[in-house]
Amino acid sequence: MSGGRIEARFADLAREDRAAFVAYVMAGDPDAETCLSILEGLPDAGADLIELGVPFSDPMADGPAIQRAATRALDGGMTVNGVLDLARRFRTGDEATPIVLMGYLNPLLSYGLETFATRAAAAGVDGVIVVDCPPEEAAPLTDALEGAGLALIRLATPTTDAARLAIVARRAGGFVYYVSVAGVTGDKPVDAEKIAPAVARVRQACGLPVAVGFGVRTPDQAAAVARVADGAVVGSALVDAIAEAVSQSRDPVALVLDTAAALAKAVQSARAGGS
Amino acid sequence: MVNAPPPNDYLAYPDAQGRFGDYGGRYVPETLMPLVLALGAAYAEAKADAAFQVELGGYLTNYAGRPSPLYFARRLTEHLGGAKIYLKREELNHTGSHKINNCLGQILLARRMGKKRIIAETGAGQHGVACATVCALFGLECIVYMGAVDVERQAPNVLRMNLLGAQVRPVTSGAATLKDAMNEALRDWVSNVEDTYYLIGSTAGPHPYPVMVRDFQAVIGAETREQLLAAEGRAPDALVACVGGGSNAIGLFHAFLNDEAVRMFGVEAAGDGMATRRHAAAVNGGRPGVLHGAKSYLLQDADGQILEAHSISAGLDYPGIGPEHAWLHDVGRVRYLTATDDEALEAFALCARLEGIVPALESAHALARLPQIAAEVGAGGVVVLNLSGRGDKDLATVAARLGLGALEGRV
Ligand SMILES: Cc1ncc(COP(=O)(O)O)c(C=O)c1O
Repeated sequence: MSGGRIEARFADLAREDRAAFVAYVMAGDPDAETCLSILEGLPDAGADLIELGVPFSDPMADGPAIQRAATRALDGGMTVNGVLDLARRFRTGDEATPIVLMGYLNPLLSYGLETFATRAAAAGVDGVIVVDCPPEEAAPLTDALEGAGLALIRLATPTTDAARLAIVARRAGGFVYYVSVAGVTGDKPVDAEKIAPAVARVRQACGLPVAVGFGVRTPDQAAAVARVADGAVVGSALVDAIAEAVSQSRDPVALVLDTAAALAKAVQSARAGGS
Repeated sequence: MVNAPPPNDYLAYPDAQGRFGDYGGRYVPETLMPLVLALGAAYAEAKADAAFQVELGGYLTNYAGRPSPLYFARRLTEHLGGAKIYLKREELNHTGSHKINNCLGQILLARRMGKKRIIAETGAGQHGVACATVCALFGLECIVYMGAVDVERQAPNVLRMNLLGAQVRPVTSGAATLKDAMNEALRDWVSNVEDTYYLIGSTAGPHPYPVMVRDFQAVIGAETREQLLAAEGRAPDALVACVGGGSNAIGLFHAFLNDEAVRMFGVEAAGDGMATRRHAAAVNGGRPGVLHGAKSYLLQDADGQILEAHSISAGLDYPGIGPEHAWLHDVGRVRYLTATDDEALEAFALCARLEGIVPALESAHALARLPQIAAEVGAGGVVVLNLSGRGDKDLATVAARLGLGALEGRV
C-alpha cells in the first residue's frame, strides 16, 4: 500500500533544503523490459520521484516527443495492466521512491476507476495525474483513488487564476504539478524567474509541495526551477534520449540514466550553488 | 446499451455543467479550463443579447442564403413507394453545407470576445471551407488542421481554403484523419491561449461547444417546422440525418424533440460493414468513454485506446459522436441506424439520377436508409431528410471507388 511515500520524500528533501528531481518516462517505452531497467536505475541516477506515463492513443496535451513515446509503447503492447505490472516489479526492489502514474482518463475509465485504484495501490503506486480530468470532473476519480489511499495530483497552470486555485486546492493530495507554460509537453522553455510568484501562490493556496514541469529540459533549467519550486519534472528530454538511443541502436538504459544523472546533479546543487 | 428514463423536457438539457444525462462535461487540461469557462459565459451573454441574434440572422439571410428550401422530392417518393419525402436543402447554403450556420454564429462570438486568430479542425473540408469563408468575411487569421489522408481525398476543398486565405496544416499523427486533426487543434489552443478562438465544427468537444453548435444549427429544424406546416399543414412523421459529430442531425431534430409523435433517425457510417470493425459507428459499435473534452460513445479497444474510424465519407470518419446524441440514444428518443460505404454510394447515384441533386457522401448515408424509413412510416406519412451538403467535393472519391464511367446508366 502507498503509505505516504510522497509526503515522506518531500519532508526529507525539505530537511535537506533541496528540491526533488522528478523523472518522467513512458511505461513500455521502448519496451516493457527496457523500461523496467530504466525505472530500476533511476533512483541511483538521482531521481527522487518517478512519473510513469500511461500511454494513450490521443494525448492531446503532449508534444511530439511524448506522442511518439506513447505510440512506441502501445505498438509494443503496453496496457494499463502492463503499467501496473511495471510499478509492482519496480516496487519489489525499492520501497521508498514514490511512483506517480500520469496519463489520460479514458484508459482508467475503461479499466474501472475502483478496480484501477485498488490494483494501483496494491502495485505500490502512490499517486495519479490525469491530464484531461479537471477538478470539476474529478469527483468519481478522486473518490476511487482516496478510497484506496492514493492521491489525485492536481495541476495548476499559468491560466489558473486565484478563484480557480481554490477549486484546484479542494481535494488536492501529494503535491501539486505546476505546468510552467501554456503549451504541450516539450514545447516552450520554462522561465524560472517568471514562475516563482505563481509557484509560491500555488504552494500557499494548496498547502502542498509544488513540482514544476513542461519546458524543463536542460540541467540549467532544472537548477533554476529547483531554486523556486519543491520539485523539477523532466519528461521530454528523457523520452528524447530513449528515442535517440533506439534510432542509433545504442543502449537506451545507459543514455537515459546518464541524462537523468546530469539533471539530478543540477537539481541537488541548485540551492547550495546560490541563486 | 444503457437505458435511462426519458426526460419531461428535452430542451432543458444540458445542465449547467454541460451534462446530457451522464454525457458531455468539460474533460480538458487545466490550461484550457479557464478558456472553456470563459467561452461558456461569453456565449450565454451573446445568446441572450437581441442585437447578437439580429446580427446573426442578417448574415444567415443575406450571406448564407437562408432559409434553405424544403423541397418535395416527387421522383424519390414515387421510387420508394412509401411516405412522402421532403429534402431540407442545406446543400444550397453558401459554401455548400450546413457548416456555415455554425461558423457564422461562432465567428460573431469570436469577434465579440476580441479574438484575432481562428483555428479549426476539418474532415471533409466542409467545415474548414466554411470557417475559412467567415474568416475572410471578417479579415481574421485562419488556421485549419486537416488529417493528411483527408488533404488527399478532399483536395478541392484544400484549394478552396487556400483561396480563401486560410492556412491548411496537414496532420500526420495517428490515422491522419479527423480525430487527429482535432488533437492537433486542441494542442494549438493549449499553446496559444491569449489570442486564439477554437471554432469547432460539430456538436463535439467540451461544454459549451455541443450546446452552442446545436443552437446555431437548430435553425434547420425551426425552418423545417414552418415550411412543412405551410406545405402539408402538419408536423413530419419522421426525420432522418447522417451523424458524424452530429451537428446537422441535432440541428434538424432539436425543434421537434418534445414532439413525441415525430420519429427520429440518425444514420452512422458503417464503412466496410459493422462486422468488419472498419466503420465509424460510435453508437452502434462503441461504448461510453472520454475523448476530446466530452463523455460520449466512442470506438475503443478493451483497454480504452481510441480506435481509428473508417468511412468513405471524410466528414463521418470520426470515432465519437456528440454527447447529446449519446443521451438521446440511451433514453430511446432517437434511433441510430447505419449505412455502409456501398449503400451510401448507391444512394449517392440514386439521388443524382432521380432528383438532379448530387449529395455529399455524408448525406448519402442518410439517403441510404430512406427506403426502410419511408416504408416504416408508410404512404400518407411525411419524412424529412437533411440534405446536409452537396457532393462536388466527393466526385474524385466516387470515381476512384467505382471507376470513371461506372455511374453511367445506373438506376
Ligand atoms: C455535408 C456534411 N454532412 C455531414 C457532416 C457530418 O458532420 P455532422 O454530423 O456534425 O453534421 C459533414 C462533416 O464534415 C459534412 O460535410
